[in-house]
Amino acid sequence: MAEADYVIEMLGITKKFGDFVANDNINLQVKKGEIHALLGENGAGKSTLMNVLFGLLEPTSGEIRVNGQKVNITDPNTANKLGIGMVHQHFMLVDKFTVTENIILGSEPNKFGFINKKEATKEIKNISEKYQLKVDPSVVVRDITVGMQQRVEILKTLYRGADILIFDEPTAVLTPQEIEELMSIMKSLVKEGKSIIVITHKLDEIKEVADRCTVIRRGKYIETVDVATTTQQGLANLMVGRNVLFTTEKKAAEPKEIVLAVEDLVVKESRGLNAVNQLSLEVRAGEVLGIAGIDGNGQSELIQAITGLAKVSAGTIKLNGQMINNLPPRKITQAGLGHIPEDRHKFGLILPMSLAENIALQTYYQKPLSNHGFLNYKEINQFARERIEEFDVRTANELVPASALSGGNQQKAIIAREIYRNPDLLIAAQPTRGLDVGAIEFIHKRLIEQRDNGKAVLLMSFELEEILNVSDRIAVMYEGKIVAVVDPKETNEQELGLLMAGASLAQAHAVEEGKATAEEVTTLDK
Amino acid sequence: MNLVSTLSTVFSSALLFAAPLIFTALGGTFSERSGIVNVGLEGIMTIGAFSAIAFNLTFADTFQSATPWIAMLFAGIVGIVFALFHAVATVNLRANHIVSGTVLNLMAPALAIFLTKMMFDGKGQTAIINFNFAKVDIPFLSSIPVVGEILFKRTSLLAYIAIIVAIISWVVLYKTKFGLRLRSVGEHPLAADTLGINVYKMRYAGVLLSGFLGAIGGAVMAQSITLNFAHSTISGQGFMALAAMIFGKWNPLGAMGAAIFFGFAQSLSVIGNYIPFIQDVPSIYLKVAPYALTIIVLVGFIGKSEAPAADGETYIKAK
Amino acid sequence: MTNSMNGKLKGVIVALLSVILGLVMGAVIMLVSGHDPIAGYSAMIQGSFGDLSYFGETLRQSTPLILTALAFAVASTAGFFNIGIEGQSLLGWLGAVWCALAFPDLPKFILLPACLIVGALFGAFWAGIAGMLKAFFNTSEVIITIMLNYIALYLSNFVIRDIITDGKDATPIIPDAASLRSPGLEQLTDYSRLHYGIIIAVLMCVIVWILMQKTTTGYELRAVGMNPFASQYAGMSTKRNIILAMVISGALAGLGGTMEGLGTFKNIFTQNSLPGLGFNGMAVSLLGGGNPFGIIAAGVLFGALKTGGLLMPTEAGVPEELVDIVIALIIFFVGASYLITYLLDKLPAKKNALKEGGE
Repeated sequence: MAEADYVIEMLGITKKFGDFVANDNINLQVKKGEIHALLGENGAGKSTLMNVLFGLLEPTSGEIRVNGQKVNITDPNTANKLGIGMVHQHFMLVDKFTVTENIILGSEPNKFGFINKKEATKEIKNISEKYQLKVDPSVVVRDITVGMQQRVEILKTLYRGADILIFDEPTAVLTPQEIEELMSIMKSLVKEGKSIIVITHKLDEIKEVADRCTVIRRGKYIETVDVATTTQQGLANLMVGRNVLFTTEKKAAEPKEIVLAVEDLVVKESRGLNAVNQLSLEVRAGEVLGIAGIDGNGQSELIQAITGLAKVSAGTIKLNGQMINNLPPRKITQAGLGHIPEDRHKFGLILPMSLAENIALQTYYQKPLSNHGFLNYKEINQFARERIEEFDVRTANELVPASALSGGNQQKAIIAREIYRNPDLLIAAQPTRGLDVGAIEFIHKRLIEQRDNGKAVLLMSFELEEILNVSDRIAVMYEGKIVAVVDPKETNEQELGLLMAGASLAQAHAVEEGKATAEEVTTLDK
Repeated sequence: MNLVSTLSTVFSSALLFAAPLIFTALGGTFSERSGIVNVGLEGIMTIGAFSAIAFNLTFADTFQSATPWIAMLFAGIVGIVFALFHAVATVNLRANHIVSGTVLNLMAPALAIFLTKMMFDGKGQTAIINFNFAKVDIPFLSSIPVVGEILFKRTSLLAYIAIIVAIISWVVLYKTKFGLRLRSVGEHPLAADTLGINVYKMRYAGVLLSGFLGAIGGAVMAQSITLNFAHSTISGQGFMALAAMIFGKWNPLGAMGAAIFFGFAQSLSVIGNYIPFIQDVPSIYLKVAPYALTIIVLVGFIGKSEAPAADGETYIKAK
Repeated sequence: MTNSMNGKLKGVIVALLSVILGLVMGAVIMLVSGHDPIAGYSAMIQGSFGDLSYFGETLRQSTPLILTALAFAVASTAGFFNIGIEGQSLLGWLGAVWCALAFPDLPKFILLPACLIVGALFGAFWAGIAGMLKAFFNTSEVIITIMLNYIALYLSNFVIRDIITDGKDATPIIPDAASLRSPGLEQLTDYSRLHYGIIIAVLMCVIVWILMQKTTTGYELRAVGMNPFASQYAGMSTKRNIILAMVISGALAGLGGTMEGLGTFKNIFTQNSLPGLGFNGMAVSLLGGGNPFGIIAAGVLFGALKTGGLLMPTEAGVPEELVDIVIALIIFFVGASYLITYLLDKLPAKKNALKEGGE
């Protein structure tokens, strides 16, 4: 009988991709009606394990049991039939389809092949009422908020009758308030008899909702612990395998003259709306200004405008006192800008080119790397070797394609390239996304080093922890504006969360002092 | 020539030239909705035209006046087989869709002429067919005064069938389970995969449908306009159908509308001599018009967001 | 380094296997259609390498193909799928002949270079249209260049009939001063029609190789082709590079057509359908892996197939279209190279597994 207590048992799961072992003999046992966290760093193999469970990947070896029965999950259909549903990190939604079409896709109610829309809508209404997942079935997915898209993902699994739900990094794209809502949805799902596996590396969330937690590290099973009796520090040490410092050591900042001054900036997005709306900010030499905000509030457009990649519609941007509005990117770079771009694969690197050619990407046209339009590969390779050495980029040599490097080493190569020119302003957008703890520490240190050398640093990140750790001042961005500038020593994630959701500083203080609720202040604004 | 008979001539010849384009553009729509770009429509039409003419000449005695119809269906089946090359290459063998489509375009005329020489005494072109898709009066509708005279007398029955097929295609794409799934693999194949939809199977369906419809387009072209098969029977109609599909925003009804417009443009160089005003325009302008119009239309309609999001992307299933 | 070496080697192996597979399939088609493949291919080899004169014709045939293949390669390096080489080369052909006929009295050292340049400019202009539309309106180059091909076809026929001549289907022969004819090369190859064009083609391969691999311009073109976003981020102008790539590509295509006008035919005539220089050039480029030296090899091969094919009907009764079928099949295998690389990857894996098992 004891065995049947487990709804899911993954025993001795190994998954190899060529020579690379992503999962090495991992065990995971999930009890009925529990929330089970799967904890591990980026690249530890969590997603691989879950894709095996969901039938997207075939395990190299190992056994899966569902409700005590040994099963062979060859594709997502089989997983669905066994009652396993997955809420993917990158939502698996067709953004041109309506909510209804997305939910019914693959198991459409139909008569002679014609979709029965009425029945579909009725069914979706029933489920969404039962689990309190508010959605509008007839709207097109690309027009709804991220939070609602996630509810659609959850509804997809419930519509297929899932009893076991896998949540893959569900909070990565949510506001603190949306996260709270999700937590309560998860709790109510468990109350209705569902079991949940949640993949995450966020310790506070585990503490809040999970009953038990399985930790994996570098593809290996470490331990399964009872969450109530384990501290956050304890979980962190298990995850990383050594003592983790939660804060980056740094001296107090000594801000000097203004390096970047942005005034009343307006940037339009592709549909002609103001993505950046009359925004003003300044960054001084010797400080790190952090920009906090939820994805999609104009941060990317702001940075693209400063770097010359997006058109400035109104306002001014000055770098070292020089107007750089709508200058070509190269002119801005030459005026003293370094830029670690948000999406390193899209903007930072030319993956099929050699590492050396990538490291030369900003300086190839200058002597000694080229002369009268002819490249000097001897110098280019030499230059690359020096940067590789200096920034400890782990690579076979400088001639391999950039795609052959790990994410952390790719990012190091970009930083090496950008810092080499010793720019007066360094913009770092999401510099540690998807990296492991070691690389994160390294990058944070380099950013602060740059600051200590009297340079200005503009850090944009969706990770509040990173913003709080590295910044000397925090500017909160909401709907294209800076709504507040706060001191990291005098604020916390709760307050930042409210500001990021559109509350004013006064309102945020009111919530903290218990005079108002979070819901009141964030809905007032709408 | 009075106005009614002039209009009647204009409409009937526009429809005559539009019919092959409509069928082929619908084929392209199914293929690209499933995420497979198909520049091989030209080659598919060529194979369709050849198959129809070869069948028609061979079996005319057996089937008499039903010959062109049966030849058209036969061509459709041959088109499916020919499109299989494109499906295998793009879906399973990860070939660049445009390269693979170009292979169809290089292969089709060579293969068709090769076979023509084999079948018809070493000549590079066939004889004229005896049974073709002649212009007809459409029963009942043609007796409506004026409108019936203009639209439904001595006109291309095939064009009206093509219009009906376009409507059916729209219903299939937007109202059925199959259509929803086909569109989903063209937009977000991974999402479809996680819902247990067989991406490869759906894409095969899209490409093979384009083979069927594209070859029918070629068969219609050959059996109602050129009436034999030669190297230049299909000269750009497949590409024009592709443009019609884009102009029509990958929507069957839009593609149909655009195809009728292109049919009209093509017909101008043929009937221009009979129409006042136009008969004075040098023929070079009329010849170039459909192609130039396509470019203007494409430049004018900048929004690319209407294309299926994963159009042209090979889906590689992780294992 | 070993990676890229492996990659190159693999590319060569894929190309060779594609050629072999294409020829084998061609043999199967001959067998099925009741011909003798050995007789067919013997005739083909005889007609392409059989004697000096045939070999000269092979090189002559490959001359424009090498140039149009280079044209395709340059554009595709910059991420542009130039299907318009067909039209660009036809207009280049037209331009060169037109220029030659317009100034019959100029001395050779002026007229010949001028005609070459005009041919290249006609092609560059035609390709530039597509490049501009892509750069400024982001219009799909595939459709645009296809449409431009047909406009070029009708335009060229119109110019031949209504402007250069009075309703004739071919222009007069160009003056000697504009001709690429080389008595020396003709003599060397037993009086084939081989002309100076082959030297121009090989020279262009070298120039393009240097341009793409050794200059900052080439670096930018490659970067934009591989990742336009990162290139823009690094301060390169994607618009400028797209247009530049197309203009270079079109010039090479125009030069390819010029070879026919000033070298092979010495005039231009009306066509019922596109002459095929562009699509065959694209095939050569794909087989040659976009590398200028690969293109020379692939160009000579396709030149041989085309020239040798002419002997197949008379010697073996095989319609010459078989050659085009074989070419299409070769490109099918090149395009679907995943099939070949997959099988190649499987082979050593098996060997290793056996070794490990044995130890």
